[in-house]
Amino acid sequence: MKKTAKKTVAKKTTKKVVAKAKTTKAKATKATTKKVDSKVQNKMLNIKINGIDYKAPVGSTILEACRLANIEIPTLCFLKDLNEIAACRICMVEVKNARSLVAACVYPINEGIEIFTNTKRVVESRKKTIELILSNHRMDCLSCVRSGNCELLALARANGVDDTKYQGAKTPTKIDDSAVHLIRDNSKCVLCRRCIAACSKLQSVGVIGTNNRGFKTIVGSQFDMPLGETSCVHCGQCINVCPVGALYEKSDADKVLDAIRDPEKFVVVQTAPAVRATIAEEFGAPIGTNGEGKMVAALRRIGFDKVFDTDFAADLTIMEEGTELIDRIKSKKAVLPMITSCSPGWIKFIENYYPDLLPHLSTCKSPQQMFGATLKTYYAHKNKIDPKKIVSVSIMPCTAKKFEIHREDQSAAGKGMPDLDYTMTTRELARMIKKLGIDWNSLPEEEFDSPMGTDTGAAVIFGASGGVMEAALRTAAEVLAGKKMKSLDYKEVRGMKGIKEASYTIKKGLTVKVAVASGTANARVLLDAIREGKADYQFIEIMCCPGGCINGGGQPQVSAHIRNTVDFRQKRAEVLYKQDKSMKLRKSHENPDIQKLYKEWFGKPGSEKAHHALHTSYVKRDWT
Amino acid sequence: MSKSSIAFNGTKEQESQLKSFISAHKSDPGPLIMIMQEAQKIYGYLPEEVQRIISKELNIPMEKVYEVATFYAQFNLVPRGQYHISVCLGTACYVKGSGKILEAIEKQLKIKNGECTADRKFSLDSCRCLGACGLAPVMKVNEEVYGKLTPDMVSKILAEFK
Repeated sequence: MKKTAKKTVAKKTTKKVVAKAKTTKAKATKATTKKVDSKVQNKMLNIKINGIDYKAPVGSTILEACRLANIEIPTLCFLKDLNEIAACRICMVEVKNARSLVAACVYPINEGIEIFTNTKRVVESRKKTIELILSNHRMDCLSCVRSGNCELLALARANGVDDTKYQGAKTPTKIDDSAVHLIRDNSKCVLCRRCIAACSKLQSVGVIGTNNRGFKTIVGSQFDMPLGETSCVHCGQCINVCPVGALYEKSDADKVLDAIRDPEKFVVVQTAPAVRATIAEEFGAPIGTNGEGKMVAALRRIGFDKVFDTDFAADLTIMEEGTELIDRIKSKKAVLPMITSCSPGWIKFIENYYPDLLPHLSTCKSPQQMFGATLKTYYAHKNKIDPKKIVSVSIMPCTAKKFEIHREDQSAAGKGMPDLDYTMTTRELARMIKKLGIDWNSLPEEEFDSPMGTDTGAAVIFGASGGVMEAALRTAAEVLAGKKMKSLDYKEVRGMKGIKEASYTIKKGLTVKVAVASGTANARVLLDAIREGKADYQFIEIMCCPGGCINGGGQPQVSAHIRNTVDFRQKRAEVLYKQDKSMKLRKSHENPDIQKLYKEWFGKPGSEKAHHALHTSYVKRDWT
Repeated sequence: MSKSSIAFNGTKEQESQLKSFISAHKSDPGPLIMIMQEAQKIYGYLPEEVQRIISKELNIPMEKVYEVATFYAQFNLVPRGQYHISVCLGTACYVKGSGKILEAIEKQLKIKNGECTADRKFSLDSCRCLGACGLAPVMKVNEEVYGKLTPDMVSKILAEFK
């Protein structure tokens, strides 16, 4: 948190400086520039963009310098800190005395550089580049899943290109629908390599790359192995960064609608904490809008028989996982650190890459699965509904959930009655709402159904990295200390840093050391430390996607332009922390309907009945 | 390029030779290409089995190896035959009909450009200019150069190597 706060200050200062530079030009004082960026030795360079004088910090690229001056240069392959490879050639600009056009995204500025971003040569080059990309792009824009937010389409429109200018052969491609969660259609791929960067750098999975060379280049896996046979963890980060419709989730939306239309079926939906933090974006709301009330209303109008909240099961998870943690800490012999098991992409990752560390994993099912298990046992029994008639659906920020629902050992109600029948991403739900003619903006704010819609603040924050940790600490601390704790805010584990560490003294002689990681590349750091015996934590939270579920692979796509300039993950997380702060109940064990559930059904956390329904086992796998 | 249909017949000795080379060089900066070159020296080509050894020993995704293997023309994914045929498709040879020569060889050996016969006797590749344009169309069998070719000369030349 502290670091993020500092960053914002730095950004503001930079803006100020540039604003000053505009009015007083060369007069930006040394005292002000000092604050800008200590890394670059405080030095500002005099540059000229389109004939006007500016200042920009040494070490900036042309793209960065232009952004500081509020001059936009279009990009396609560029993702800040992730994919800076100058592959697409969209951002070419003219530099005085340079032999050829240069790629603004990687070209560093120097003192006195004169940059031109809109000369005829630049504009024509940009246009031609887009036309050449389109010449090898299958344009089914009318039905393409990305039609509304395609970055290539936006570029083509903005630059007035002729999409039929270069007709000719196209790279031979095949559709890969072998994976359970996504479809890759390389006929639309623009070879920006953003998916490859996400897979290798964010997640350190690296099961996709560029195969072959020249015109035959395609994104794929080794020996053209179908993605479903690789050690892909199903996180969907590749989908999130794809600028076009080459990658999209496999959808069960039509099956869900069929179930809703079937009068014999009792169709129940649950929504994950992180979905409310992002769904409004799909309807034009700014990033950081809470869409919970309208989302519930929309789901009712779609026709679900009950609209419940995964938050309920998040509280249940804390009861089970918290109890498991307390037992492990007390037992002395048990395997520590214990690691969370909420994130199915993360589960697949540890199974593939660190199978020797599986005993560290909590045996708890994920909240989604706990919900389904409770729905088809407790809820069905209580309301005298045949569990065979229940269709259990979830709305998730996640594509790995599509893998999870088909895992073994995930049908508490018995064979043929999986905990979850279908799962849809945030994006799929948004598409369904639009398709069914439900006008988001005029929807009222409604509340979840009871009892499996009751939640606490602890459950809400599950959607952000550090949230499960904080929720678990709120409960575990009170149990271990045997009294109410003064503060419920564990701010050290919040925020968008990849790895966070903290120690909390629960009572005299009992200090709990914890760590939180998000993005599996960061998870590797902690896992390697465990392997080397250097991790003295008791509890670790790991989320597969960087920043947690608010940035899950099923969330609304954020265009590169916004990604590169706004900390969208932090803004989404703030929605959840704000909601948590406003709630009366902020500790999972205080959820009255959870207390009732244990009283009426499971007995106590960790009971045999609970173990049967709410816990699971893991599989050792290999990686490719 | 895709998987070769010819069964892998690497030996334990080759594997340990490769592994010891990798362990000696894995901490060098950017060792991948060098290791792949050595592997090709040992096995003659880089089939899936060999790429897997490299991937596991270096602890990098196999796709990272495959990516490099399919980018550089120097790496072969199919084995080289006892006799490796290279047909020049450079401008001069092509104009003089080397495409027809290639076709004739493909037909005779029942393999496509880039493949190897099941008995590993012949492998076939095309290349760009052997520097003997005066003899166009030209092909090479191992280090032997054949010039002024016509399609009906193919079977006679190949018979020399049977």
